Amino acid sequence: MSQRLDYLKDLENVIPDLEKKANRARKWILKMTTEAGSGHPGGSLSVVDVLVALYFRVMRHNPLNPRWEDRDRLVLSKGHAAPALYAVLAMAGYFPEEELMTLRKLGTRLQGHPSMRLTPGVDMSTGSLGQGLSVGIGMALAGKLDRRDYRVYVLLGDGECQEGQVWEAAMFAGHHRLENLCAVVDNNKLQLDAPTDKIVSVEPLAPKFEAFGWNAIVINGHDFKEILMAFREAEKVRDRPTVIISNTIKGKGVSFMEGVVKYHGKPLTPEQLKAALEELGGDVE
Amino acid sequence: MKWKYANMRDAFGKTLVELGKKYPQIVVLNADLSSSTRTHYFEKEFPERFWNVGVAEQNMMGIAAGLATTGKIVFASTFAMFATGRAYDQVRQSIAYPALNVKIVASHAGITVGGDGASHQMHEDIALMRVLPNMTVIVPADFYETRKVITSIVETGGPTYVRMARTDTPMIYDEDYVFRIGKADLLSDGDDVTIVAMGLMLSKAIEAADELKKEGISARVINMSTVKPLDDKIVEKAARETGGIVTAEEHNVLMGMGSAVAEVIAERYPVPIKRVGIPDVFGESGESEELMEAYGLTVKNIVEQTRLVMKMRE
Repeated sequence: MSQRLDYLKDLENVIPDLEKKANRARKWILKMTTEAGSGHPGGSLSVVDVLVALYFRVMRHNPLNPRWEDRDRLVLSKGHAAPALYAVLAMAGYFPEEELMTLRKLGTRLQGHPSMRLTPGVDMSTGSLGQGLSVGIGMALAGKLDRRDYRVYVLLGDGECQEGQVWEAAMFAGHHRLENLCAVVDNNKLQLDAPTDKIVSVEPLAPKFEAFGWNAIVINGHDFKEILMAFREAEKVRDRPTVIISNTIKGKGVSFMEGVVKYHGKPLTPEQLKAALEELGGDVE
Repeated sequence: MKWKYANMRDAFGKTLVELGKKYPQIVVLNADLSSSTRTHYFEKEFPERFWNVGVAEQNMMGIAAGLATTGKIVFASTFAMFATGRAYDQVRQSIAYPALNVKIVASHAGITVGGDGASHQMHEDIALMRVLPNMTVIVPADFYETRKVITSIVETGGPTYVRMARTDTPMIYDEDYVFRIGKADLLSDGDDVTIVAMGLMLSKAIEAADELKKEGISARVINMSTVKPLDDKIVEKAARETGGIVTAEEHNVLMGMGSAVAEVIAERYPVPIKRVGIPDVFGESGESEELMEAYGLTVKNIVEQTRLVMKMRE
């Protein structure tokens, strides 16, 4: 076991650094999906700030020892946001950044959806929606049983919360007061076909989780101060799991992608990519 | 034939307690059927390593996967219907694909569930599990084989499906029986024809071979308790040496053990084959034995199918 970072310290220097990293990750997300010719850029751009905060500030982990038993775990239950996870893992040092451009290509370690058997740093294979919270529960139960103080983070999508298994898991985690479990709903309010509230509304999310015995925090998921403060609050709650309802914008960071449904599962053309990278301040250096 | 009877579920529950003492990393999950699956014995002995998830099989399989990522040996138990049907995608995505060490031990498989009827009579579980890459599929035949199977799978990593019946079953083996994953057991040798059986059809296969002996037919009897990986060598050898095969299983004739055997002989050494099993229909309520009778899972039917195989060869 090791001490946790006081990650609310020195925010005036930390936040600009995290913003820089998130900007770089966004460029990689767009570059790798365009190179692959498929993938899910919209939901990757909405969740990437939370991932950057987790891997560069909040989580206790070691890229040189991806299977470290005391590491904090992350389950990307919305597995289609794999490009965001891969970008952050590469930047954290789990594998070379150049490898990101092999996304979805035959023989790659970077599958369309995460595979724990192939990619260093990936803690669980996901892709079929609705399953990650249950997996996170299993990790959290093992942590308590073995008296390890690691924390488990599960990233869900708002559309994903239409899956019944999410609520089976929410009920179990609340009942067992799994305070070492923290879920984040990347609430970008759009799903594949249309806005979530036009298909089947999942709102209000916070009271739903509260009714299942969770502590709920609502934040702007693109504001690093709010993100970091929410994770700190979650750590302090010792009698129940915490869900962070992270209000985000799908396609965040690229003006012509923001809030546009079709970028759920469609990469940019090479011309659009050029324009997007310009908006983000130029190609990856 | 006079058989002694015992229950495989008791063998499972009690063996699990013994193994729990030896292996602190064993944890057990159940979905509101702990007395039916006999995992309540483990719960009593090791309450801190047991979780009843309630009526939520999909969640149970996900939790099992998460526990397994940390190095636990995880047992997840419920009825065969819910373990493989209700939670199929969870077993596929969260257990089989990442090849996690989860042992799905299901009870109440097949028509002998009895009175509960078609909703609970699972005849498709072997089919569903054997098409999953990384999955080992085992169907013990009796009390002692169940004990040996449960002990073996703890010693081997990886996703495994074990299928048990609800009813008491004839005792074929004793404590000295040696079970090896992927190795079929030759119960009696014979030259004229081979009967390959699994689960509670094994005692009927043995009885059928005795009947055939009276007619001067020497039938080889094989217990194919591991359906995957299938012991293809013993099947090919039987095809070569006896020239005809009858399979017997309490499962849909489609995609079960009989189909697995047929795949091997079709590719390696084609000989006549007949498959005894549920004829691709849903079941119904009734007593176990009368249901076996009604759906042709009988000694008589095995004997008849054997005669047909021998006729096809002429």
